[in-house]
Amino acid sequence: MNVQIVVMGASLGGLSALKVLLSGLQPKFPVPIAIAQHRHRDSRSDIIDFLQHYTSLEIREVEDKDSLQPGQVYFAPADYHLLIEPGYLTLSTDAPVSYARPSIDVLFESAAESYREHTVGVILTGANQDGARGAAAIKAQGGTVIVQDPRTAEGTMMPKAAISTTTADQILPLLDIAPYLSALCSLSR
Amino acid sequence: MTTSEPSPTKMQPTLEDIEIQLLLEGIYQYYGFDFRNYAMSSLKRRIRGIMQAEGLTRVSALQDRILHDRQCFDRFMVSVTVNVTSMFRDPSFFLAFRQKVVPLLRTYPYIRIWHAGCSAGQEVYSMAILLQEEGLYNRCRIYATDSNELVLAKAQSGIYPLELMQDYTQLYLKAGGRRSFSEYYTAAYDSAIFRASLKENIIFSQHNLATDRSFNEFNVILCRNVLIYFDPILQRRVHQLFYESLCTFGILGLGRQESLRLSPYEKQYEVLAKGEKLYRRLS
Repeated sequence: MNVQIVVMGASLGGLSALKVLLSGLQPKFPVPIAIAQHRHRDSRSDIIDFLQHYTSLEIREVEDKDSLQPGQVYFAPADYHLLIEPGYLTLSTDAPVSYARPSIDVLFESAAESYREHTVGVILTGANQDGARGAAAIKAQGGTVIVQDPRTAEGTMMPKAAISTTTADQILPLLDIAPYLSALCSLSR
Repeated sequence: MTTSEPSPTKMQPTLEDIEIQLLLEGIYQYYGFDFRNYAMSSLKRRIRGIMQAEGLTRVSALQDRILHDRQCFDRFMVSVTVNVTSMFRDPSFFLAFRQKVVPLLRTYPYIRIWHAGCSAGQEVYSMAILLQEEGLYNRCRIYATDSNELVLAKAQSGIYPLELMQDYTQLYLKAGGRRSFSEYYTAAYDSAIFRASLKENIIFSQHNLATDRSFNEFNVILCRNVLIYFDPILQRRVHQLFYESLCTFGILGLGRQESLRLSPYEKQYEVLAKGEKLYRRLS
């Protein structure tokens, strides 16, 4: 299946979930990872400094037209949508989607269009329904969707919405997501 | 970041991709507006939004309507060009402008500023307010340009929804504002009408970054969150245009997540304020 991009979406409780997930990934992760975490428009890069302590993968707040590199983690900047183009990233200041900017749906839908079946989407904890439509878009293109088991999520609504909107390939406890991703992305190389 | 990214698996274009290419080609041939080098992922979203508003399900149907109905084309132009912004968006940028750029501008007898892609004008009025407070406005001429004349007309009117003023006031204060923000507008029903004196030295005119050339030499060029809608090829072109339009020691201001990385002249600029996208042309 050859995974070429991993996209992740998180909201309420996302920071501690991402901490666990990113720290569990192997040091030379073979695929680029793009993350939309809901955050306040004034928040700056503190989140990235915090997460960077827990992983040897380099986390970068996206600048427009950054090229996609394997093993690099791309974090959506506050108050911008993050979109995937073939080979690079692009930003937009279009209106919030379902009150969110960055919007997980926008990230996932653009990934699904640019990388189709080579896309893996991961929906984590959150107290809204963002990401459900995007996860469905990834499935519609033949990609893979992994959802955090709501029983292990601080916010259950977001994973539940994704599970009821589309057919997730895997519903996993938080601790199992990183090993599963590592296997999935390495096997396909 | 290097540019040697692993090339993604070459995808066959979808039928919709092909239809969008045909639409953009048709608009360019017939109306002369060139969207062919816009960032495709964000442009696609906008086109789909327009299709929904027009009650259409296929891009070819939209193409038919756009090419045969001028009013539909006008609606398209507004939807694909307007940028959602606010006054004093990223207040730290305006604060840095006060602290680092204003002292440089004081040394000039006459200051020409180009606000490229000014959209509905919020950031132009922000700059006019800042320059008035710094006592520089009388020496300034601000050229506010956008590719779309309908959006420009809105900018020229200087009227914004009153409900936004609370938010704008907060941003104004964070940007180093020195007065009461409400001095700058008059409330009328649910609108805030900005003071006419702010417009005295602003020239609103149509200019298309994708196709038009330089039209003057400037001390300051501001272009924030506009280039993000362009692909790397068009970004390079526009950076070339900016470089050619800036005088030596001229200032370039970009959006918070934009950079000079795609400029052929990156090395001819220095960073003026760390953490803010303010650059000075050196040679």
